[in-house]
Amino acid sequence: MSAPEQDLPEAEQPETPERDVDYAQYLVVAVLALVGGFLVYSAMTLSEGFAKVDPVGPKFFPMVLGVAALVLAAILAIAIPRGSKGEADAGEDVDPNAPGDWRTVGLLIALFVAMIVLVNPVGWVITSTFFFGGAATILGSKHYVRNFVIGLILALASFYAFYSGLGIPLPAGILDGIL
Amino acid sequence: MENFDWLLQGFAEAATPMNLMYAVIGVLLGTAVGVLPGIGPAMTVALLLPITYNVSPSAAFIMFAGIFYGGMYGGSTTSILLNTPGESSSVITAIEGNKMAKAGRAAQALATAAIGSFVAGTIGTILLAAFAPAISRFAVTLGAPSYLAIMLFALVAVTAVLGSSKLRGAISLVLGLSIGIVGIDFLTGQPRATFGIPQLADGIDIVVIAVAIFALGEALWVAAHLRRKPADVIPVGRPWMGRDDWRRSWKPWLRGTAFGFPFGALPAGGAELPTFLSYITEKKLSKHPEEFGKGAIEGVAGPEAANNASAAGTLVPMLSLGLPTNATAAVMLTAFVSYGIQPGPTLFEKEPLLIWTLIASLFIGNFLLLVLNLPLAPLWAKLLRTPRPYLYAGILFFATLGAFAVNIQPLDLALLLIFGLLGLMMRRFGLPVLPLIIGVILGPRIERQLRQSLQLGGGDWSSLFTEPVAIITYVCMAILLLIPLVLRLLHRDEESLLIVEDDKDQREKAQA
Repeated sequence: MSAPEQDLPEAEQPETPERDVDYAQYLVVAVLALVGGFLVYSAMTLSEGFAKVDPVGPKFFPMVLGVAALVLAAILAIAIPRGSKGEADAGEDVDPNAPGDWRTVGLLIALFVAMIVLVNPVGWVITSTFFFGGAATILGSKHYVRNFVIGLILALASFYAFYSGLGIPLPAGILDGIL
Repeated sequence: MENFDWLLQGFAEAATPMNLMYAVIGVLLGTAVGVLPGIGPAMTVALLLPITYNVSPSAAFIMFAGIFYGGMYGGSTTSILLNTPGESSSVITAIEGNKMAKAGRAAQALATAAIGSFVAGTIGTILLAAFAPAISRFAVTLGAPSYLAIMLFALVAVTAVLGSSKLRGAISLVLGLSIGIVGIDFLTGQPRATFGIPQLADGIDIVVIAVAIFALGEALWVAAHLRRKPADVIPVGRPWMGRDDWRRSWKPWLRGTAFGFPFGALPAGGAELPTFLSYITEKKLSKHPEEFGKGAIEGVAGPEAANNASAAGTLVPMLSLGLPTNATAAVMLTAFVSYGIQPGPTLFEKEPLLIWTLIASLFIGNFLLLVLNLPLAPLWAKLLRTPRPYLYAGILFFATLGAFAVNIQPLDLALLLIFGLLGLMMRRFGLPVLPLIIGVILGPRIERQLRQSLQLGGGDWSSLFTEPVAIITYVCMAILLLIPLVLRLLHRDEESLLIVEDDKDQREKAQA
């Protein structure tokens, strides 16, 4: 139980190298503007309803929120060049100093899209086996066979647990009749 | 003594063998995921929401209660053995606890955290049982205007007070409220913001949003920044404490509880402030101030108790008013909604047995945690070595399973991906998650209250300010918003100095 003080990694310093302006934040501005614009537009298409029963009407909330989103987008757009930036989320497995590995994220998203398209025609068991195995492989696990075996076990277990345990039939797809 | 009778009935319900089994599962699951990096109690409850489709409400909430406290306990284990706190409320535990572990006192650090959590959790739950029914009895007498004011207050408090950037809190809140708009307007029956997709008429399922924001967003964010080298885990045996450790721990436990509970019960309290206050207090009162920063047991005992007591405190507004003030409570509230139970002040009246069973199972869960976790600590330490690819692939797997099982339609998976990407964006740009999820939950309820109040008031906006409680709440809200502004104007220099000093202090401590 003696842990000598040798080269143990010290507490991670939150200090990221000084970057003056985080231009990527304009993505947030774009999302906000999009949400705001859409809300305002969809509020306009609503009919006002029956004024006496409902003095506020169905337009009020989407309109207020849409305008608020647009205003916040404008404020953020002005604040970004002045050096305003958010503090990225920390976590046990997050190395905030590492540059973002967006290739991994992109591959995971592609895998996810494949899952969305294939889950009904091919079935839950096959797609989710490949989903887990693929995700583990993308995330860096080199035991390729084991990745997919664990995926298959999880897929089968969840299929039967949901079918008999919770009474929710997940799609069997092309394995219909076999499972 | 009516409440006490109900509590006994709650115990009777919670102590059936079947429900005890759910409690044990919840506690073990909660601790396991609390220990596992990257998964918090909020994400766990979110991933387990699909069970609400088939398991009885009381069994589900018994399990959630175990996860709620178990996650907290597991989180402290991680910060002590790894020194990389997953949540801001366990930063202090990470500082002192990890120093203790490195000095070979991991067993004592874990023990004082576990027993302190038990003490704080038990006292906190007693206070919850004492206060929540009274508050709810008062709350049911309030009219729609007051209730509207209280919900607005919660939104403002969570957005403006917690978190470092008010602008980013507001952005997150507006996004959450906007998500709540989607669906059929309840008064006029018109679809709003549904993109013409008929499946969106009922709104976006809250389970999908919770799983997307908490699980998928987190997993994608970690995937972008995964540590390539595995973190060092300090091995540990069975936790125990010597007589001296007990003597030094019991007062900090009680003081930490006293700090934590009130802060948790307030809509804007949170857990960071009380843990920090507890730490400072213990440092001041300690006979061994020189040990602080090098592994003082008081510095683990107090903040851990504060953390847990604050968690119990957050259940007061949740059960008595239907107001969630932290992420786990917010997700638990979505479980109520998913059972068709309207959260709000009438909960104690309409579902007394369910609520008291939940409270009783909090006691049981707390006790189980103490009994199970002291001997299981070495096992939890092993869990910290789970290969990260499997851990995060597993989170992704269960996220898709949970969202897909809601309606068995691929559209939900597409929504899961969209909101997961939103969660990723929020983590990348430091937008807090809590205001969003609270906005999703409270937004539709606020709109309903507002429009119903105005209907009753004949469309007169001044009818919103007729009840004294409503007026008081709005005044508090104004004060809450104005205080930081006024303070900044008055002591601009002084304050910034203080913060800098504080920062330096912390950094030195981390390096020491």
